[in-house]
Amino acid sequence: MSTQSVANATGSGVDPGRRRFLTLATSGVGAVGVGFVAWPFLASLKPSERAKALGAPVTQDISLLEPGQKLNVAWRGKPVWIVKRTPEMIASLAQVKGELADPENEQPQQPDYIKGDARAIKPEILVMIGSCTHLGCSPTFRPDHPAPEIAANWQGGFYCPCHGSKFDLSGRVYKNVPAPINLKVPPYRFANDTTIVIGEDPVAA
Amino acid sequence: MAIVPNPHKTTGIMGWIDDRFPATKLWKDHLTEYYAPKNFNFWYYFGSLALLVLVNQLITGIWLAMHYKPDAKLAFDSVEYIMRDVPWGNILRYMHSTGASAFFLVVYLHMFRGLLYGSHKKPRELIWIFGCLIYLVLMAEGFCGYVLPWGQMSYWGANVIFNLFGTIPFIGPDLVIWIQGDYIPSDATLSRLFSLHVVFLPFALVGLVVAHLIALHEVGSNNPDGVDIKKFKDPVTHIPLDGIGFHPYYTVKDIVGVCVFLILFVAVICFAPDGGGYLLEKPNFQEANPLVTPEHIAPAWYFGAFYAMLRATPSMFSSALPGVIVMFGAVLILFLLPWLDKNPVKSIRYKGTLTKVTTMVFAADFVMLNYVGLQPPTALFTLLSQIGTIYYFAYFIGLMFFHKFEKSKPVPERVTS
Amino acid sequence: MKSVSLISKLAVAGLAFAVSGTAMASGGHALPYSYVADVDNLPSVQRGASAFMGYCSGCHSMKYLRYSRVGQDLKIPEDLLKANLMFTSDKVGDQIISSLSKAEGAKWFGQAPPDLTLETRARGEDWVYSYLKSFYVDPTRPMGVNNLVLPGASMPHVLWEKQGWQKKAEAEHHEGGEAAHGEKKEGEHAEAAGHGHASPFTLVQQGTLEPREYDKFVGDIVNFMAYAAEPGRSHRQSLGIKAIVYLLILLGFAYLLKKEYWRDVH
Repeated sequence: MSTQSVANATGSGVDPGRRRFLTLATSGVGAVGVGFVAWPFLASLKPSERAKALGAPVTQDISLLEPGQKLNVAWRGKPVWIVKRTPEMIASLAQVKGELADPENEQPQQPDYIKGDARAIKPEILVMIGSCTHLGCSPTFRPDHPAPEIAANWQGGFYCPCHGSKFDLSGRVYKNVPAPINLKVPPYRFANDTTIVIGEDPVAA
Repeated sequence: MAIVPNPHKTTGIMGWIDDRFPATKLWKDHLTEYYAPKNFNFWYYFGSLALLVLVNQLITGIWLAMHYKPDAKLAFDSVEYIMRDVPWGNILRYMHSTGASAFFLVVYLHMFRGLLYGSHKKPRELIWIFGCLIYLVLMAEGFCGYVLPWGQMSYWGANVIFNLFGTIPFIGPDLVIWIQGDYIPSDATLSRLFSLHVVFLPFALVGLVVAHLIALHEVGSNNPDGVDIKKFKDPVTHIPLDGIGFHPYYTVKDIVGVCVFLILFVAVICFAPDGGGYLLEKPNFQEANPLVTPEHIAPAWYFGAFYAMLRATPSMFSSALPGVIVMFGAVLILFLLPWLDKNPVKSIRYKGTLTKVTTMVFAADFVMLNYVGLQPPTALFTLLSQIGTIYYFAYFIGLMFFHKFEKSKPVPERVTS
Repeated sequence: MKSVSLISKLAVAGLAFAVSGTAMASGGHALPYSYVADVDNLPSVQRGASAFMGYCSGCHSMKYLRYSRVGQDLKIPEDLLKANLMFTSDKVGDQIISSLSKAEGAKWFGQAPPDLTLETRARGEDWVYSYLKSFYVDPTRPMGVNNLVLPGASMPHVLWEKQGWQKKAEAEHHEGGEAAHGEKKEGEHAEAAGHGHASPFTLVQQGTLEPREYDKFVGDIVNFMAYAAEPGRSHRQSLGIKAIVYLLILLGFAYLLKKEYWRDVH
């Protein structure tokens, strides 16, 4: 019998296979446990119930909105624009199509039920998240035209003061500007003719 | 400009690192080739458990600080916000609040182990001193953290502790106002306690733990027999004959201890986070109110013994200072233990009956003081706390003499298994 | 799921028993009734929620509890929630805030009615249960009632329609009144309060509920308040069972691993 405490691991009846299996099994079960423990820590970083409550759908009355006017509403902390477009504004949407990067809304920047040049449920009411798709500044509403300092053929639209991105009156992005895609349309529905609920899809008919 | 090759003959990525940073050296020195006595028993689990609880407190603390608001107007609400609105926030909070109590429990058992087997004696005096400093910082950390929820117990507990400083002659009253930054514990007080709790004290704690471990690994671990394993080494390998590598032998053993500990820890967190009013006190579910003191105010359980000693000491010369001196003295006397203990024998196993009996009574005395400190100050409890306080100090003084009145057993040359 | 909740209840009961021997005195005088809330009794907690919103929320807020959480935990669909429980707000994400302002409350009652979210944790389930059963007629008080548990309470007996009116037993039976006063009754269904000899009260005019039904009604409210004080309770209990089962498995492997390595050590 050796006087030393630790016998040679290969001698005295040690089964290296069993040892390897138990080491792997314990490490494996332990690693699963570490994953379980990590979950509460990571999950706690998600929006809290307070943030969710503050991000709940927003109801907005638009009966007092005049044609050509824009209204800002906060939804989930972001600016949401509601613009009542004039017939002239709606007509301009087709005129600028050639200068746009994605005139047919191919990028998924709007709910399924938003289609066409107007990008709206009702063509005269534009609802849009006012956050530039470049780096998140809020573009300025520039319905005035002509405005040669923005573009030669400016028909009215949105101009981002941060990096000069340009969008038409449906929030579609112009070619050759920093912003890559169209402005986003939030889910919304009409509770009645003059009340919009932002953050909820229309009730299926 | 060739780098001197590292002595571990590692190659590849490890070799590249070892040429520049002592990774393999640290691993060997502190784990695989740190030889610990092979006869560690139950009491030796609590060191690694204390480290585990420290990590738990640091990580859950970081997460709680993401949601907590150190503002007297918002603090209480933000704790309930964590408990309800933050996903898993209640679990994180209970892990932290239960962890605080677990920390003290584990540390008390760890300290008692040192006392039993003479781990404070030469050459381990500095390990013990660092340990006492850790305990001191832990008490400060526990106190600051206790105030943060800004409930009734938080507030009035803080009030009582701050007023202890008011008993210092001449400067006391001004000192209290300076510490609080206000005439009462207030928003200013809460903010500074928060800063200490999350920045300064954790840094100090981690630094002291590192010093504690460096000192330990310098001189090597003691053991239940109190014998020096370095006396008998293998002539060829120079490994102590009674030593085994900390890794893998004690790592696999400590994992077993950790599992058992975690089962108990989870049981408290998930089934009794209030601990019957001892871990989370009922009055602390009411927001701090400077105008109304709760009917029964008691400290956190882990301060019970010191609170009992404070209350046991009568005021003298129309000053409450003696009680405060006794209370702080009870902590400071721990630092002197390596020099008070004059017994030539290290381990309780080979000490005489007198030391064995007085040490067991000391443990019971400390538990009793902790209990009494949480009870209303009735005549019986005051008497018990007075007897307990006298015994507490008498025991430490007695350690200088006990061995003269008892017969020690012969200490073996090598560890027994 | 059912077995999990049963096991967790047993575990809770065991731990509660273990700590009850050392539990801190909750403050002063003994309570006339004892009660252990059952937050897993969903129908009872739902009835309690409805009773709380109907009778209590006019004056008392639960400022930490959101309607949406109540709906989710008590399995109440949003439309029913809005129709039956939401009197103070129309947004389900809102917290339960009484429409009575603090200043108005202070004007009407002398002091603002306290927020009740944490009441059962701050005072105890026993206390709230006893309080709601301990209003008695006392012409000397401004509201005409006093409370045995909180003498001088400024709250009127809101539930009088349900319970009716009771008098302190001493007033009727001079003999042995004091002795009955301190006696503690075990369990909610021990016997109908107001009739048992041990009761500190005598019912002088019964309300719409039999005493036994009133006990159940108050029990529902306390169950709901206990839920409100810690909505995460059921979750942490079921989590605890899973975590402990996992740790036992890990312990098994770790123990075998330890034994395997320690075969080297002689």
